[in-house]
Amino acid sequence: MRTAKPAASAVRLRVNGRTHALTLDNRTTLLDALRETIGLTGSKKGCDHGQCGACTVLVNGRRANSCLLLAVAAGDAEITTVEGLASPDGTLHPLQRAFVERDALQCGYCTPGQICSAAGMLAEAAAGWPSAVSSALDGGPAEMDAAEVRERMSGNLCRCGAYVNIVAAILDAAAVTTDGETA
Amino acid sequence: MQPFQYQRAADAAGAVATVAGTEGAVFLGGGTNLVDLMKLGVETPDLLVDVTRLPMDGIQRTGEGGLLIGAGMRNSDLAVDPRVRAEYPVLSQALLAGASGQLRNMATVGGNLLQRTRCLYFQDVTKPCNKRRPGSGCPARTGDHRNLAILGGSEHCIATHPSDMAVALAALGAIVHVQGPGTARTMGLDELYRLPGDEPARDTTLARGDLITAVELPPLGFARSSAYRKVRDRASYAFAVTSVAAALDVADGQVRDVRLALGAVAPVPWRARRAEQALLGRPATAAAFRAAADAELAAAAPLRHNAFKAPLVSNVVTAVLSHLAGSTW
Repeated sequence: MRTAKPAASAVRLRVNGRTHALTLDNRTTLLDALRETIGLTGSKKGCDHGQCGACTVLVNGRRANSCLLLAVAAGDAEITTVEGLASPDGTLHPLQRAFVERDALQCGYCTPGQICSAAGMLAEAAAGWPSAVSSALDGGPAEMDAAEVRERMSGNLCRCGAYVNIVAAILDAAAVTTDGETA
Repeated sequence: MQPFQYQRAADAAGAVATVAGTEGAVFLGGGTNLVDLMKLGVETPDLLVDVTRLPMDGIQRTGEGGLLIGAGMRNSDLAVDPRVRAEYPVLSQALLAGASGQLRNMATVGGNLLQRTRCLYFQDVTKPCNKRRPGSGCPARTGDHRNLAILGGSEHCIATHPSDMAVALAALGAIVHVQGPGTARTMGLDELYRLPGDEPARDTTLARGDLITAVELPPLGFARSSAYRKVRDRASYAFAVTSVAAALDVADGQVRDVRLALGAVAPVPWRARRAEQALLGRPATAAAFRAAADAELAAAAPLRHNAFKAPLVSNVVTAVLSHLAGSTW
């Protein structure tokens, strides 16, 4: 017999530095809470099953599929969506700039997920995380090249097939980030 | 999705007691498989007990010199751990071959072990499936079974276990730590999983309320010479068609010790003990590796659309062991 107890919870979501105190049906995913309740529609719903990456956001700095994360389970985490990547004065994030300059999209539906995923991915690489195509597991920070970008970004599909320019844009942004760190 | 209650576990004992004592209660880890199955209507829990904030997400050296991995550790954290990369590279490689960067950041070690098959019939509630609805039948034997089991299946179920990580753990002889109601116990990975037989709904030997708290890697010096190779339909972000996890110890051209496990060919991560036995003391040659793989495959029961997996397994086992022996094949 099904329980009659409440199936909703009070949830405090921290999104792009702002706190949202919400009461949500437990079934609400983080993606639906962002889009439907908070009104941040940058994160996109593609497959809704963790297979396309369009919903990718950063959770405590790490990229995650917001369609598979229940909002109630994400309470107290620091969420960053594509709306939170640019500076408050409107200066674009290096990845956003690179996507514009490289024309790294056609329809643009996967782009917020691509950019959030790339932001998380470049942080992973800078922290020395290897990938399935890294030749050695014992090295330092991975050298970023097209093969590394393709492997590390394989969780983000682009229905338009704009991959060539997506890879180029991410490599541009990676170079900017690296220069910034060494300067 | 069906409505459900949600609780955050305060401690492992309380979480175990709640799930053991509440019909329809399940543990929630990273949710990458469970939430998906809930959306599909395959899983319909009444209560989720979230165990991701329990302090079991670290990794530590054991007294014997192995590693104790907390079950709440995220797949990406385990893959990049320096000790795992150096001492058990097969495990890092298996994890990095699995899913996507996003999913590896979310998925936990315990949840990875307990993920369900990706058999299309299991995931489609409009179809019969003995694993999802016992006694309803299995359309896979005469239907879409290209990626299903050639070893260990039964007439009731030929689903494959989808994990990459668990294949590496099977090769490494991992030990699973389980907290049950009132008792804690350990079991080999072999004892965690069960073959479908006439009860395919049960993937494991765990009872309701049993919580995997840690996975222990025994010390295995020659695992520094280990590797994971995954064959799939895409270059990345796809489940295995076949995978091989192996560790090899060669002295004077002879196999002194070997560990071998196969993925995506059986309902469980398949420890190839018959092949291991066949190799002990034998020359470390491609011919011997192939003969050992074929000995393991003697029990294979391939169907029309997955018969290609047997020669594929033979080829990949030969290639991986040859690579570890330092020769090219």
